[in-house]
Amino acid sequence: MTHSKPPLWRDHRFWQIIVQLAAVICAILIVVILGLNLNRNLQQLGIKFGFNFLQQEASFDIGETILSYQPTDTYTRALLVGLINSLRVAIAGIFLTTIVGITAGIARLSDNWLVRNISLVYVEIFRNTPLLLQLFFWYFAVFLSLPNVEHKASVLGLIKFSQNGIELLGLNFSPEFSTLLLGLTFYTASFIAEIVRGGIQSVAKGQWEAGRSLGLKPSLIMRLVVLPQALRVIVPPLTSQYLNLAKNSSLAIAIGYPDIYFVASTTFNQTGKAVEVMLLIMLTYLTFSLIISFLMNLLNHTVQIQEK
Amino acid sequence: MQKIQLTWLRKNLFNSWYNSLLTILCLLLIIQFIRKFVWWTIAEAQWQVVQVNLPLFLVGRFPQTSYWRLWIVLGIITFLIVITWSVFITQKNLIKHKFINLLVPWLAPTWLLSCPLILWFMGGGLGLQSISTNLWNGLILTLLMAVISIVISFPLGILLALGRTSNLFIIRWFSILYIEIIRGLPLIGILFIAQVMLPLFLPTELRLDRLIRGIAGLVLFSTAYMAENVRGGLQSIPREQIEAAKALGLPTPLVIILVVLPQALRAVIPAIVGQFIGLLKDTSLLSLVGLVELTGMSRSILAQPQFIGRYAEVYIFVGLLYWVFCYSMSLASRRLEKQLIN
Amino acid sequence: MRKSTLILAIAPLIFMLGACNSESDKTRDPTNTASNTEAPVARNTLNTVNNIKKRGKLICGVSGELPGFSFLGTDGKYSGIDVDICRAIAVVLFDNPDAVEFRNLNAKERFTVLQTGEIDILSRNTTWILSRDASISLDFAPVIFYDGQGIMIRKNSGIKSLEDLKGKGICVQTGTTNEQNLADQMRKLNVSYKPVVFEDVNITFATYSEGRCDAITADRSALVSRRTTLPKPEDNVILDELLSSEPLAPAVKQGDSQWTDLVTWVVYTLIKAEELGINSQNLAKFSTNTDPNIKRFLGTEGNLGEGLGLSNDFAAKIIKNVGNYGEIYDRNLGKNSQLNLARNQNRLWTQGGLLYSPPFR
Repeated sequence: MTHSKPPLWRDHRFWQIIVQLAAVICAILIVVILGLNLNRNLQQLGIKFGFNFLQQEASFDIGETILSYQPTDTYTRALLVGLINSLRVAIAGIFLTTIVGITAGIARLSDNWLVRNISLVYVEIFRNTPLLLQLFFWYFAVFLSLPNVEHKASVLGLIKFSQNGIELLGLNFSPEFSTLLLGLTFYTASFIAEIVRGGIQSVAKGQWEAGRSLGLKPSLIMRLVVLPQALRVIVPPLTSQYLNLAKNSSLAIAIGYPDIYFVASTTFNQTGKAVEVMLLIMLTYLTFSLIISFLMNLLNHTVQIQEK
Repeated sequence: MQKIQLTWLRKNLFNSWYNSLLTILCLLLIIQFIRKFVWWTIAEAQWQVVQVNLPLFLVGRFPQTSYWRLWIVLGIITFLIVITWSVFITQKNLIKHKFINLLVPWLAPTWLLSCPLILWFMGGGLGLQSISTNLWNGLILTLLMAVISIVISFPLGILLALGRTSNLFIIRWFSILYIEIIRGLPLIGILFIAQVMLPLFLPTELRLDRLIRGIAGLVLFSTAYMAENVRGGLQSIPREQIEAAKALGLPTPLVIILVVLPQALRAVIPAIVGQFIGLLKDTSLLSLVGLVELTGMSRSILAQPQFIGRYAEVYIFVGLLYWVFCYSMSLASRRLEKQLIN
Repeated sequence: MRKSTLILAIAPLIFMLGACNSESDKTRDPTNTASNTEAPVARNTLNTVNNIKKRGKLICGVSGELPGFSFLGTDGKYSGIDVDICRAIAVVLFDNPDAVEFRNLNAKERFTVLQTGEIDILSRNTTWILSRDASISLDFAPVIFYDGQGIMIRKNSGIKSLEDLKGKGICVQTGTTNEQNLADQMRKLNVSYKPVVFEDVNITFATYSEGRCDAITADRSALVSRRTTLPKPEDNVILDELLSSEPLAPAVKQGDSQWTDLVTWVVYTLIKAEELGINSQNLAKFSTNTDPNIKRFLGTEGNLGEGLGLSNDFAAKIIKNVGNYGEIYDRNLGKNSQLNLARNQNRLWTQGGLLYSPPFR
């Protein structure tokens, strides 16, 4: 092996290492410069970095709590209350939006002209307007226009509607929670409907015909033949819709539902700890995302294997 | 004639007992809804709030004497959109229009030239009366923020996507880290970082305008999603193409620029339009950090003493504005998608 | 062919990025260049007045969403008492009440924005409290409006006092002193309640008006003014109990005493003018007045303006363009406005109110 080595500058591995080194140095430099700036700015403003404030008394009240909470509790406790509120709305939202989304998606392919077009109108309206506006609409035009507490409207005595929220089998949901839940559900479902429609349409026509020739009813063909195959196509984009729903739940702040972002924002407002509070928020939402991604990957796995 | 209608009705609305039931239920719901809505729109709603404030909604506090400048901007943009659209749509036709063919190479440079021109008409300077960005509110601010952000995030997103698919370990790792962190965060969080924390991370002498901080937030956010869209396109390129190009002796950067990107980007145009629609809707969150774009403007207008409580009218009107833009773009994108598949 | 178009499409986009960036450099606040050219020693001693003059306009942070204090009219112009304070300052600096750029701020970001120097003055119905003055390094100008936190309820709710609010929903805006005052008061009385908290003051009131909350708490001025805009004002009552006192004052960044002095004395000028009975209508008559106090005040004698770095007739300019405190009040909050708020403690000290200006000499 005596053939002459190429000069260093012609070796592409050499350049790969140089480029990467440069990237690392750049990154370190940026972090250091930003860090120094931050330090100087915080000093100028007289703010000290640190998480000690979490042990201080929060001194603000939270409207909706599952854990017991008082203004005399610490910021940690307040943030925990917010976290649980966030989880509550995200989990319920994901559950509901799946149902609504699949229904609307199947309705888009219904052989009933009216059903098909209602679903189309629904999807096009909800996909093409900002969620923030939809939340305002739900809150003012729907929940706050409901009759007041003395004149509850009820459906078969199971669900009762009033300005103080929805009462379902003894469980009481505040209007803020219900607004956020329904807003997120219907907004996300309009996207899911399109995903489901695409998924079902991706299943070859022959599958329908095969099912029909076996004498299966259309509803059975859908359930037993088409949906399982469509799921392969549906599940991956569904994940990102679930992630969006979890993230969008932070819009709670606009309609006064005390989720983690709302509580953290009040905490920042009272303590001025912008960096620390933002780190906590980032940590929370990244954890949400990781959990959802992990669970959906598991689901995706089972869906894909069944097919083989 | 009547018979055809009847068969249509039977086939599409009443072909089985449960479909008939569904049809009747839907009809009842629709009639109920329309009756209420029409009654409200005609009798109860007070559209004066929209009528009086129409200029505020559309162009904000832009000085009235300079509206002609906005008309020119609108003219330029409409002209360019019409030309671009016709180019895209006719491109695939077998009989290519000579005239349109002639236009194609000029398209990109014209758009490029129009960017400073539009900003000049809006901002002034160089002979025109200068107009502070503080006066750009309402719909024009919404559109401007969305357009500038998507334009800036486009090249950055391509770089990130290339980084993510690169075989350089550290670059790939950095790209993944950035994309996944940003995609894991809610947009208001990112806007909060840009508005409140960015000044803390910059030297005290460097004070960014709040509009620019808003754009920075949107760009930080949208770059990560752009990168994922572009990556989808990159992955759709068959490996053989890259190998063939390499066999011709092209260095990797040239392979990417000449072979991979042109095909990948073409494939992701609909996805990018989709992302732009999302971004346009997301600009409404800027109202939560104090920018007076369309949603922010509606908040300001709702504070006018004579119009307090007219939120339904205002939100419906504003929602309609958003809807018109988003829906027309999504129609265009679907048309484009068909065009690209054929 | 297509390849080349796409390359053509990408390359310009990258340039465009550059173009847009350079554009942003241009639009960037001109004070940058000012502070960059200054010697490093000079950086710590702020020179706000010079910066404002170089820029050619005052940047004033307001709420923009509160009728009577600051809001955007249908003609696209801001008005309100907070707005007039900024206009008065623009008059003494530029001889032009319109040389002000107003920025909408929410309750949460207002202090950060002042600290980073993005605005020159915060005139946003802000309560003067010790911690804001001391630990977030602000300086407050004199109070322009004495307020107190109150509670409004519906007449038919049977609520007579704070104790009756047990278990009831109370609407409140976050990021304000109101939120904490409410929590404090109710804790003191050991009354548990359900807070319904919003970021946006309009949404807070709209929510109360729709009946979601049994009560709403805010500064009394806001309650009184908003009551008139409710569907049935007479069905709503403001309780006599005050939860706190809320003196509202403009604020500036700490550390530039020249600027603080200027803002302070502009506010005093408005009050003094009313005390001396000078307003925008009768100003001309006073120019020949022989009272040495009035002569000094209007700058026909002496050199009071010089100490503030202003022309000696600054008070006359303010009165001519903006009016005295009484005029400002009547126009925005009082009898000439839709709000029709009584002056109460915001009268001059000579009439039993709290407004008092130190002597001009």
